[in-house]
Amino acid sequence: MSGVTSINLVENALLVSIQDDVTDTEIVELQETLSNRIAKENVKGVILDISSLEIVDTFVGRVIAQLAGISRLLAAETYVVGMRPAVAVTLVELGMYLPETRTALSLTHALSQLRRA
Amino acid sequence: MPQTATANILTILETDFSGVVEEWLGTQVKEGVKRSDLFSDSESRAQNQELLKAFGKGVRAGVVNEEFSLEDDAWEDLRAVLADVSKERVSRGVTPTEMATFVLALKAPLFKRLEAMPGVEGGKLIRDVLMVTRLVDAFAIYTNEIFIGERDQIIERQRQEMLELSTPVVELWDRVLTLPLIGTLDSARAQEVMENLLQTILERQAEVVIMDITGVGTVDTQVAQHLLRAAAAVRLMGAECIISGISPMIAQTMVQLGIDVGTVSTRSSIRTALSDALQKVGYVIKTTEAS
Repeated sequence: MSGVTSINLVENALLVSIQDDVTDTEIVELQETLSNRIAKENVKGVILDISSLEIVDTFVGRVIAQLAGISRLLAAETYVVGMRPAVAVTLVELGMYLPETRTALSLTHALSQLRRA
Repeated sequence: MPQTATANILTILETDFSGVVEEWLGTQVKEGVKRSDLFSDSESRAQNQELLKAFGKGVRAGVVNEEFSLEDDAWEDLRAVLADVSKERVSRGVTPTEMATFVLALKAPLFKRLEAMPGVEGGKLIRDVLMVTRLVDAFAIYTNEIFIGERDQIIERQRQEMLELSTPVVELWDRVLTLPLIGTLDSARAQEVMENLLQTILERQAEVVIMDITGVGTVDTQVAQHLLRAAAAVRLMGAECIISGISPMIAQTMVQLGIDVGTVSTRSSIRTALSDALQKVGYVIKTTEAS
């Protein structure tokens, strides 16, 4: 795992910050590492912070959707937080509505929703 | 004898210029296209004189071996005068038919004078008439093109203005935004609206957005598509979207068109949408004790 993408435990969730210069290999590695951590630490949620992501393509969109699917199977909800307007528009244009993820404006919002859950 | 195709026309224009102008005006009156209600007599006369002068200049220099093109430099004067006249007439509400008839009315006085010319008859007369017809027709077609171009510019300007003033995002309450949509929602506007909305969500950290379509006249599959895409983008940003102002009529149309709104909430009025939105961000509306 490179230092570009970090996974930290925040309350009862894993916070994953995806950086803008993340490569395809790294994001695939992330999937592996993250699924192990979810199972080991028994968290209720996964928070994907993509606020520094300025460009998305179908690959990144699909990986996010897959991450959400994996977490769901391991009994954790996935929250995507901090999506930029341009990224949202692009994903919609690509037809990737990410129905399996929850979304929140910021980390704070996601954490408060997780506490309520 | 060696004579160019336009010699007789030029002779007419040189010897009887004001006569042609007067008769041209007369024909316009007869055809009912002079629009005395919009232009005074002296104004019309001045316009006609200017046009005819520029036309004569074009005929003199711009016709070679019976061939000509109004795009050539020789016709520059006519183009300039026409641009002015057309602009003037568009802004005063002259119709395209009136504009074309106005130019075509020039044929009658020219024909009459050709006919009266000594030594012009039979095949020669027909050739001259043909030349005049071609020139005046080209003149009329060009006029209409300028006329339509002028109108297109007006339409484009208005479209631009509409685009600019029609996408206000209003903050109703803490973290509650509303987007009152009015008029038609085409792709360009939908794009503009969506970008504007998402940016505002980011700036105000809004949690609920009410898209009100009370002012949208018709909802077809395309408009619905735009709305739902905007709603999807809003959700991806982490906010929630309520579409309000769905009239019974629009509800029926949407079902008949088979439009599935999915998980987006819809409300009939902005009133219920607002109370829902406030609840979502943790407020309730209460009547005061006194009432």
